[in-house]
Amino acid sequence: MTRQKLVALCTGLMLCSSAAIADGLVDPGRSPYVEALQGKKVVFLPLAMGFDLAEGWTSGVRQTVQANGGTFSIRDPNWSTDAGAQALTELISEKPDLIVVHNPDVQSYARLNEKAEKAGIYIIQVNMRSSYSTDGYVGADWLKVGEAEANALVRKCGAGTSGKVAIVQGVLTAATSVYQIGPILDVFAKHPEIKVVSNQAADWDASKARSLTATVLQQNPDLCGLISFWDGMALGSSAAIAEAGKTGKVYVVTNGGGEQMACDNLESGSFDEYVSFDVPRQAADMSDLIETLFQAKQKPGVVKISLYTPNEILTKADLKPGSCWSMKALPKP
Amino acid sequence: MKIDVLPHARLSQERIVFAITVALFVIFAATLDRFLTSANLLSLLQSVSVLGILGVGMAIVVIGRGIDLSIVATMAIPVAWALYMMDHGVAAAPAFALGLGLSLAIGVLNGVFIAYVEVPALFATLAIGAFVYGFGRSQLFDQDIIALPKSESWIAAVGRMHVGEIPIAVVFFAVICAAGFLLLRYTKIGRFFYLMGENYLAARITGIPTRPMIVLQYTFSSLAAFVAGVVTAAEVTSMNTRVVNSTLIYDVILVVVVGGIGLSGGKGGIRNVIVGTLLIGILLNGMTILDVRYTLQNLIKSFILLTALLVDSTVNPRDEQTGQQGDI
Repeated sequence: MTRQKLVALCTGLMLCSSAAIADGLVDPGRSPYVEALQGKKVVFLPLAMGFDLAEGWTSGVRQTVQANGGTFSIRDPNWSTDAGAQALTELISEKPDLIVVHNPDVQSYARLNEKAEKAGIYIIQVNMRSSYSTDGYVGADWLKVGEAEANALVRKCGAGTSGKVAIVQGVLTAATSVYQIGPILDVFAKHPEIKVVSNQAADWDASKARSLTATVLQQNPDLCGLISFWDGMALGSSAAIAEAGKTGKVYVVTNGGGEQMACDNLESGSFDEYVSFDVPRQAADMSDLIETLFQAKQKPGVVKISLYTPNEILTKADLKPGSCWSMKALPKP
Repeated sequence: MKIDVLPHARLSQERIVFAITVALFVIFAATLDRFLTSANLLSLLQSVSVLGILGVGMAIVVIGRGIDLSIVATMAIPVAWALYMMDHGVAAAPAFALGLGLSLAIGVLNGVFIAYVEVPALFATLAIGAFVYGFGRSQLFDQDIIALPKSESWIAAVGRMHVGEIPIAVVFFAVICAAGFLLLRYTKIGRFFYLMGENYLAARITGIPTRPMIVLQYTFSSLAAFVAGVVTAAEVTSMNTRVVNSTLIYDVILVVVVGGIGLSGGKGGIRNVIVGTLLIGILLNGMTILDVRYTLQNLIKSFILLTALLVDSTVNPRDEQTGQQGDI
């Protein structure tokens, strides 16, 4: 080949390729991604709507699904396990492509989750895992949450204090209660200086938690710390502590989705330490998992993926703008 | 005609329950450290104050041979709405006024359905309770727990207030009890409630304006519910509308019935509510101090209540009138 021909060829190639760049390249990976969610039906079955966790998850997942041409709907059983089970049963015959299930406890939906998966529906469980593991689990790592809470009290209620701590559980059969109490008691078992003077359930209700805590404080005025299994319920305990004039003397540890209310209460001293399972991050994890499942195109039930949310420990000292998210600021559909 | 509204029997249910209450009190006082301190007893009272206030509202209705199953919804929804409005910039006074207006409207609605449309109280209040909850959650606000806004922290300060040694919730309970007592014992309206409960048709024939009286009854119970809601919100700095789906309504009926106000109407008074409330309060307090497992607590609670009912139905067999009319 002569030199001129080679130059001409090179020039030609350069011209061609620059023309292609000017027109834009087509990303070959994009269309499978875009098509994956096109026309897919995603349904969310929460315990109820109208509280921080469910609203935060909904907002994130809805955005992802709808932006990619899927449809998103909600079945709200409003705290009724029966209504939830019925909704799930109906969904199995309705056959959407994917259901995000928020289990009320370990057992209630376990068989329905399995049945739905066998019927060819992807099932992602959120925050509370049933005894049957499905395609996906996104949620808090309750073992780590419990350990973090217990360790906070081990740190604060060691030598030089009474070592007395109280535990306020939620509904006893809820997966969060069941999975949280074990590691807490394990940690305390290794620290004989910690004495659990009360281990009671307040059914997620702040009023019950308030009277329970008031009684415990009467009995143990030198109480050193308290673990409440959920921030909404912890409000009741901290009200009782404030009323007894012991704010700051009883170390209140609780957990939740890190909504603005948590930061407000850390700021005001109602809570002392907060284990946050960042809800916006969980919503992002759910979205990722949904996109992954639809792109991988495996049969439902073939893969089992768990995405545990790393815990974020918040105290008044390390609060900064953006430590919490705000339910009020979520985009309305 | 002299109407004796006090229990006749030597061992009325009220006295049996009172005896059980005293017995429990003595046992706990003897065996539990620090049970018998004034601070613990006040905190015991405080923890059942809201229940007691609702009990007074329920008692007024039950004495007139009705029942108000919407009382918990009437407690939760108007107060939650008021908190929600405050969170969205409405001042406290108009927000509470609107909340109060809503709860009174619910009472009137209950009364009109029962008195004029003649729907049985059981069904009317059940349906209206569900309606109120659904309406509130879907039309008035969109969260199920409404927190007290930071700007209104004075309400929380009021909730923590003590009059002397006495927590404000107990003061409210006492005031409501006193008001209920005065209403039932010393006003014409109160006497009408007893007469209507004893024999509705006879009351009507004698010229008592029974229908407006029924509306008034349910308005009173709604008022008590609103007060209970405000006390709750001030105490725990939030209103949890999930209580509507909880077993609270059964506890309220329990306080009334166990105290000795028969569901057949015309019997009992505020004293019975106080006795019933004290029994529940002492039980809960003692079991919490003992750190009894929660599931076991339910068993003990129901066992004691069943005992009270059993003793009552043995000592005071049902009379012919109840037999004919039946309970609610």
